[in-house]
Amino acid sequence: MAENVVMLFQWLVFLGIALVCIFASIMVISNKNPVHCALWMVLTFLATAGLYVMLHSQFIAIVQVIVYAGAIMMLILFVVMLLDLEVELRSRLKFLYSKAIGGFFAVLLMLGIFYAVITRVLKGNVGSFTPEKVSAMGNVKAVGKVLFTDYLFPFEVASILLVVGIVGAVIMSKRREARKE
Amino acid sequence: MGITVPQINFSIIAPELIISAFALVVLLLGVFFPRTGKNDYLGYVSLVGIVVAFLYTFPIMGKSQYAFNNMIVADGFGVFFKVIFLIIAFLTVLISIGYARRVDIDFGEYYALIMFATLGMMLMAAGTSLITIFLGLETMSIAIYVLAGLMRGDRKSIESALKYFLLGAFATGFLLYGMALIYGSTGTIILEEIAAYIKSKPELLRSPMIIMGIALLTIGFGFKVATVPFHMWTPDVYEGAPTSITAFMATGVKAAGFAGFIRVFFSALGAFQPDWIAIMWLLAVATMTVGNVVAIAQTNIKRMLAYSSIAHAGYILVAFVAGNELGTASILFYLLVYAFMNIGAFTVVILLGKRGEENVLISDYAGIGFKYPLLGASMTIFMLSMAGIPPLGGFMGKFYIFSAAVKAEYYWLAVIGVLNSAISVYYYLRVTVFMYFREPEREITGLTFSPASVVAVIISVWGVLYMGIFPSDILALAQRSITGLL
Repeated sequence: MAENVVMLFQWLVFLGIALVCIFASIMVISNKNPVHCALWMVLTFLATAGLYVMLHSQFIAIVQVIVYAGAIMMLILFVVMLLDLEVELRSRLKFLYSKAIGGFFAVLLMLGIFYAVITRVLKGNVGSFTPEKVSAMGNVKAVGKVLFTDYLFPFEVASILLVVGIVGAVIMSKRREARKE
Repeated sequence: MGITVPQINFSIIAPELIISAFALVVLLLGVFFPRTGKNDYLGYVSLVGIVVAFLYTFPIMGKSQYAFNNMIVADGFGVFFKVIFLIIAFLTVLISIGYARRVDIDFGEYYALIMFATLGMMLMAAGTSLITIFLGLETMSIAIYVLAGLMRGDRKSIESALKYFLLGAFATGFLLYGMALIYGSTGTIILEEIAAYIKSKPELLRSPMIIMGIALLTIGFGFKVATVPFHMWTPDVYEGAPTSITAFMATGVKAAGFAGFIRVFFSALGAFQPDWIAIMWLLAVATMTVGNVVAIAQTNIKRMLAYSSIAHAGYILVAFVAGNELGTASILFYLLVYAFMNIGAFTVVILLGKRGEENVLISDYAGIGFKYPLLGASMTIFMLSMAGIPPLGGFMGKFYIFSAAVKAEYYWLAVIGVLNSAISVYYYLRVTVFMYFREPEREITGLTFSPASVVAVIISVWGVLYMGIFPSDILALAQRSITGLL
């Protein structure tokens, strides 16, 4: 009996988070004011973090909040404020054939996902890190351990990737000194 | 609970380490010792780095050793591609010395980014897990996005970088989603373990999840190598980017894309070969045909070479469909010879320009053959090689590819390929006709040939001739490289 109540509660929480997630995502792409879009996006990120918690991945949930909802959204808002988006605000939503075609395929893909979920044809493999194992070990420890042993090489390569990204951003935005004359 | 450190074997990743170290050194040299307008020395430092990495590539040949928990391997396939990438990087840096100064992009970051991109390509060829391949691809792509837009005073360069960046990021999304679906259905990202898992569970062959993943991977890689439904970006990006970077993109990025493509599809998803062959067949035919037919109408030589590079991706896909040993070896052979002839052609394009006057229209080539006989002769060799005229390298490459297709009994594919090759003769020869048989409408004067670029042309001519006249050595090397892959 008690288990059933827990299940029901979990299901209700999931339903709430999922609906918030979907609603916020729709608001992100349908809103015309970029600042509002960004704020709705924060809500999407927070709701996604909630989904991670429900999947027993507290560490990823926290990282999601700190990195995405915190740092990255901050940057996006900065960029939005620095750019002049008045024109965008005043423009009307126009009907475009590309939009109609895109919408058609989006609906098609969504029906595909519904079909797959309802018939449960998608069966993946279960990895070695089950929720029980992760809970017993501790989230941060599990992530840290594989990151610095199994995935040491990709981890180091990622640092090069970040260097390339930073160098690229600097070189593209740097004021170029007058060279000739 | 202790942490077991993975076995670390630096000798296997020595070329990668050397390239990264030199890239960082060049980056710092450019910041601390800027010699405005005289930054050519950075190019020479990069060349030294590439040569050292090249020397360290050979000791790992034929070892077939895994390192870092199966994240990367030093096998013949990876080494062969590393050699291709290092040759491409060497030639690209060589043609940049002089050209980069002309278009005011000769700072340390330029050479450093070329080397970082090379590092990414090497990781794509040597990586044996989806994550290594993905990180290599991203390192390469981000460096190239920036390189394409370095000429910030030039609207076309900016357009090129922005287009490539937006579409490339989108394609990366497809690729990553595909990898995620494959990981989700097999529970591992190591290519060989994926293959083993699929073998142990035959019902996976009909799993929509993994087939969806394969489709998305095809789109992602297809974008990088510019196959036809995903080729729209190619002409604009190739036209707008600095010419040296266009040469780098057309050869290096394409070779790296195919390296990742072959590695993932043959070593992890080999069981799905019957499924993907039909799609690849269509892609190959569409890519060859559209590339060649549209190239005929081009008036700008950079755009023409862009469409020609699409067509060449189509020929390589023919060998990909064939899927046999000769086919895969011929891909390696073709990518090497393609690197020589394409970089050579772009070098001629660079040499015919000067500050503020790039002369990229095909009509600008009128009369060049008599005015600069050696340059004209080199360009003729590159064009004939791309068209597939014996005894040049391009002919042997196509010969091996089409014989692989015939051997695998894809007769129609071989026929369509040969017909396409015949179409391509028209637009390649047109450049030659302009060079020798047309009166120039206006004089091109005051060209200063950078010695480094001339060396690059000489190396390319040598490469095309050598691979055309003595192809068997290189083909044998390519065949040895792919043992264990199929």
